[in-house]
Amino acid sequence: MPHQVSQAGTDWEPSEVQRARDDWRRRRTARSAAIAAVSTLLLLGAIGGAVVSSPGWERVQETYFDWDKAVSSFPAVLDGLWLNIRVMVVCWVLILVVSLTVAIVRTLHGPVAFPLRLLGTAYVDVFRGLPLLLVIFLLGFGGPALSLQGLPTSPLFWGGTALVLSYSAYVAEVFRAGIESVHPSQRLAGRSLGLSYGQTLRHVVLPQAWRRVIPPLMNDLVSLQKDSGLIAVLGVTDAIRKAQIETALDFNYTPYVVAGFLFCCLTIPMARLTDRYARKKGYHGAGGHL
Amino acid sequence: MSELLRLDGVRKSFGDHVVLRQVDLTVEPGQCVVLIGASGSGKSTLLRCVNLLEVVDDGVITFEGRDITDPRVDGDEVRSRMGMVFQAYNLFPHLDVIGNLTLALRLVHGVAADEARTRGLAMLERVGLAEKASARPDDLSGGQQQRVAIARALVANPRLMLLDEVTSALDPELVGEVLDLLTELKAEGVTMLLNTHEMGFARDVADRVCFLHDGRIHEQGRPEQVIDDPQEERTRAFLSRIRH
Repeated sequence: MPHQVSQAGTDWEPSEVQRARDDWRRRRTARSAAIAAVSTLLLLGAIGGAVVSSPGWERVQETYFDWDKAVSSFPAVLDGLWLNIRVMVVCWVLILVVSLTVAIVRTLHGPVAFPLRLLGTAYVDVFRGLPLLLVIFLLGFGGPALSLQGLPTSPLFWGGTALVLSYSAYVAEVFRAGIESVHPSQRLAGRSLGLSYGQTLRHVVLPQAWRRVIPPLMNDLVSLQKDSGLIAVLGVTDAIRKAQIETALDFNYTPYVVAGFLFCCLTIPMARLTDRYARKKGYHGAGGHL
Repeated sequence: MSELLRLDGVRKSFGDHVVLRQVDLTVEPGQCVVLIGASGSGKSTLLRCVNLLEVVDDGVITFEGRDITDPRVDGDEVRSRMGMVFQAYNLFPHLDVIGNLTLALRLVHGVAADEARTRGLAMLERVGLAEKASARPDDLSGGQQQRVAIARALVANPRLMLLDEVTSALDPELVGEVLDLLTELKAEGVTMLLNTHEMGFARDVADRVCFLHDGRIHEQGRPEQVIDDPQEERTRAFLSRIRH
């Protein structure tokens, strides 16, 4: 039977049933939160208690968590970290350029592009296969020895080159996975509008691919940040090397802890920022209430 | 009255947008109830609320005599007793057809692999797609995909089938094969709650047609009454728009 059209009102009040449901959900959320909080505190307390009351704790504290040593070594380690940051930023930009180029080359279609594809594949295969340290040794010690005209001989340059070559091979595969994950219908839609291959790639495929590869790219960036320290083997003094030097004075390992702490201070905020950026770009991951 | 499904004062909004204001509806065993209404009138939202894919803001949904909107109810268990079919099929592209049919049988209903396969094949036979058991969904036509989706929902013997615009994505010539299947299911006594724009189908098969407007069931009754002789101005306006 016909209903009457009601005034489209905002005069809705939750019914008794709904209020009871909301109450139940609230109580359950509160209970879950309380259980989580209490169990977390208990666990942390238990771990903390066990550590502090263990027989070796005083020596551990002296060796690893010496406040005075931390303060005195902090400037040197921080100074070293500045080098890590510069290496990381410069290398990351170059890596993004090189790897994106390789990825695009590897996804080119048609027989004409075969030599390029082959080259790209060979590059990725070789540099993913070689251990990073080996590449750093090869280029870092071998490069300057060549004294090639026009190229610097600094270990920083050659170490950075090794990082870029090695990392670009990995990151290229991340990009390629992203590009290939965009449904072919998107490419068709772009082409059917009259966009060229390059325009479709630039304005349709890459923006979608980029959004999807942000989390794995972040992974590689964090990894690079730590591996940037490996060029210390070429005699460059980064944060870890500085910490090592500080440690060598009195065999107190607090500077290493300081260095580790500083690395985490870089990584963790960056991870949160990337998450926020990815969400802004429309990356939701698994959504909904299910 | 022994209704299978009952909605009392169901309300659902998304942000400030109230989609369902106050919906009251019953479906009895063996009935086919058809929801009609303009795009955005909340037909799909209503089905999704019944399937507990959305949490209602207010009101009570009773299924098999149990209040399933009670937050203590296990939604997975409720959903396992209903079959839902989507407009865009939502088949799993990484599984073949028989894999799509047997996934829930094995994981949710605890059916052994060979028995699940037997039941899956029988259901495919039922929808006329026995020879497509090892095909991938992408290799099927739209009508075939939708029949597979219906088979996937049916294979676990749900008490209620929810069908959300199941022919909207299909070519006119493929619409027929899906509607024919639904007509047969109705004859076999499958209880269905569905929304559609196919008025001819609604007139032939529905036991009751409900016109959804402004978040309420605006008018409902026998199909010949609601479709051919609507009492409400809004219903008349809606029907005249889609029929011509």
